[in-house]
Amino acid sequence: MGDVPAPAADRRGGVAAAPEGDLMRAPRAGLITYAVLAVVTVGSLFPLVWTAIAASRDTTRLAQTPPPFWFGGNLPRNLRIAWTDANLGEALLNTTVVAGSVAAGTVLFSTLAGFAFAKLRFRFGNALLMVVIGTMMVPPQLSVVPLFMLIAEVSWTDRLQSVILPALASAFGVFFMRQHLSRALPSELIEAARVDGASWPRVVWHVVFPAARPAMAVLGMLTFVMAWNDFFWPVIALTQNGSPTVQVALAGLGRGYIPDQSVIMAGALLGTLPLLLVFVVFGRQIVGGIMRGAVKG
Amino acid sequence: MAEAEADVAVPPRDQPAPSARTKEAARRARRHRRSVRLGPYAFVAPFFLLFAAFGLFPLLYTGWASLHRVELTAPGEMEWVGTRNFTRLLDDAFFWNALGNTITIGVLSTVPQLVMALGIAHLLNSRLRGRIFFRVAALTPYATSVAAATLVFVLLFGREHGLVNWVLGTAGFGPVDWQNGTWSSRLAVSSIVIWRWTGYNALIYLAAMQAIPDELYESAALDGASRWRQFVHVTLPGLRPTILFTVVVSTIGATQLFGEPLLFNGGAGATGGADHQYQTLGLYLYEQGWVNHHLGRASAIAWAMFLLLLLIGAVAWLLRRRET
Repeated sequence: MGDVPAPAADRRGGVAAAPEGDLMRAPRAGLITYAVLAVVTVGSLFPLVWTAIAASRDTTRLAQTPPPFWFGGNLPRNLRIAWTDANLGEALLNTTVVAGSVAAGTVLFSTLAGFAFAKLRFRFGNALLMVVIGTMMVPPQLSVVPLFMLIAEVSWTDRLQSVILPALASAFGVFFMRQHLSRALPSELIEAARVDGASWPRVVWHVVFPAARPAMAVLGMLTFVMAWNDFFWPVIALTQNGSPTVQVALAGLGRGYIPDQSVIMAGALLGTLPLLLVFVVFGRQIVGGIMRGAVKG
Repeated sequence: MAEAEADVAVPPRDQPAPSARTKEAARRARRHRRSVRLGPYAFVAPFFLLFAAFGLFPLLYTGWASLHRVELTAPGEMEWVGTRNFTRLLDDAFFWNALGNTITIGVLSTVPQLVMALGIAHLLNSRLRGRIFFRVAALTPYATSVAAATLVFVLLFGREHGLVNWVLGTAGFGPVDWQNGTWSSRLAVSSIVIWRWTGYNALIYLAAMQAIPDELYESAALDGASRWRQFVHVTLPGLRPTILFTVVVSTIGATQLFGEPLLFNGGAGATGGADHQYQTLGLYLYEQGWVNHHLGRASAIAWAMFLLLLLIGAVAWLLRRRET
């Protein structure tokens, strides 16, 4: 891009100029870089901002040209209708329960299994790990019919456990925690604890969990986002009339149960806002987690 | 974890009549050893129990179900039909249409997405003010659900008063029928995928770029390579495994495309447009299983999707082998 390449001596020079190691060699961004990134940022954020704008208008205004570019005064009304008439309040509660349980359970089970795969030697350990990695490639479509027959058999259709339990067996989570723990947890620490005669629960609580905590946090956030946004299986397992997640409820809105466009946008906003808040608060960590997972994975 | 309580009942074998205290100590030590040995299995057990019930069993059972006639209304009653579900797919025009759409929309969404991600990663890899902000902003669409994103894009792509057509109109182009046109609707569906995943892929590329050793850039710069030439001759070769990885992952995602085409046509349901012009395999599976109630046929479609993925996986594997 338009920048002149900096002389090599200069690029090596500055720990002071580039506070973080990962940027030592990087050239300073020019105006064009900022301009293009600004366009990218607008492109990324605009549909979300516009959701809020549309949610604050009324439907007749949305059906006029040009479309609105600034907020109107109808947001409280639209949110109220979406919350009560379209039952999004209840759906949000269901989604919180689902995403929270899936994230907590996945983090716990993945940490335990990841620890065993990273640090302990046991018969069939490697074979089991291959099974875990192999299934990461299998699409969810392949199991959806029997899964549906299974939950129909035990009368779990429309119950939240039908979307929570299948999501807990996360091959990605096990793999992610294994990668982290094989680096972050010194084997000597476990040996020492074992020689001291510490029970497994003590080892897990005092040695494994502290070493795993940063990765547990990242996995928890990623899993929460995935579970919150999960669509394919919940649309099949849960209906409008049972206890839908917010995604299932939004799909219902989109199919025209409520024809009011501005209310639909208010619903889309409600379904997105909680995660946006998570992103504003933990954005840096989530970005770091995705980048870290990419290099190691 | 599963402490072996049964241990207590086992009488000590090797030590003839030691004092009560050493007996107690030996028993403790044995119990400890046993728990050390069983521990790993206890750690992986919760995952594998869930995995067996909700992952492995359904996976295998899909094959069995695909050889039967199973109705959604009575999933317990299965009637053996052999390979009929599969042979019927072969002369089912809608199946081939869905397969073609899946590939078309897959290419339309994956190629621009990865090219743009590469460019954005390159820009993010320079010394920037507020780079955390740019990174988080690029990732924000990833936090948006399929459902919410598609509802917004439906409105943006509206024919009469949609924002996209308004922009096109002010630029002097006629309105495009994004819902009903064949290629326009496929493009619109692809754009939702592109919007949601470009930033995510950019961050993956960025991570890989930062792992390229400094020395390579230094010697390139000493040789007088411009920034563009450095990108072509140092960055791109260094990224090749990562690019292959993202191609495979995005392709897997594209073969499973479901939510976007389901919700893009509002009330029409699972047909994927009036002409089925953007009905994907995932959507066709859903239509056969949960609209037309043929679970057996849906299983056969699931297997077809899996075969497609295996094919893609084999191609990726061959490409990778040729490289090394």
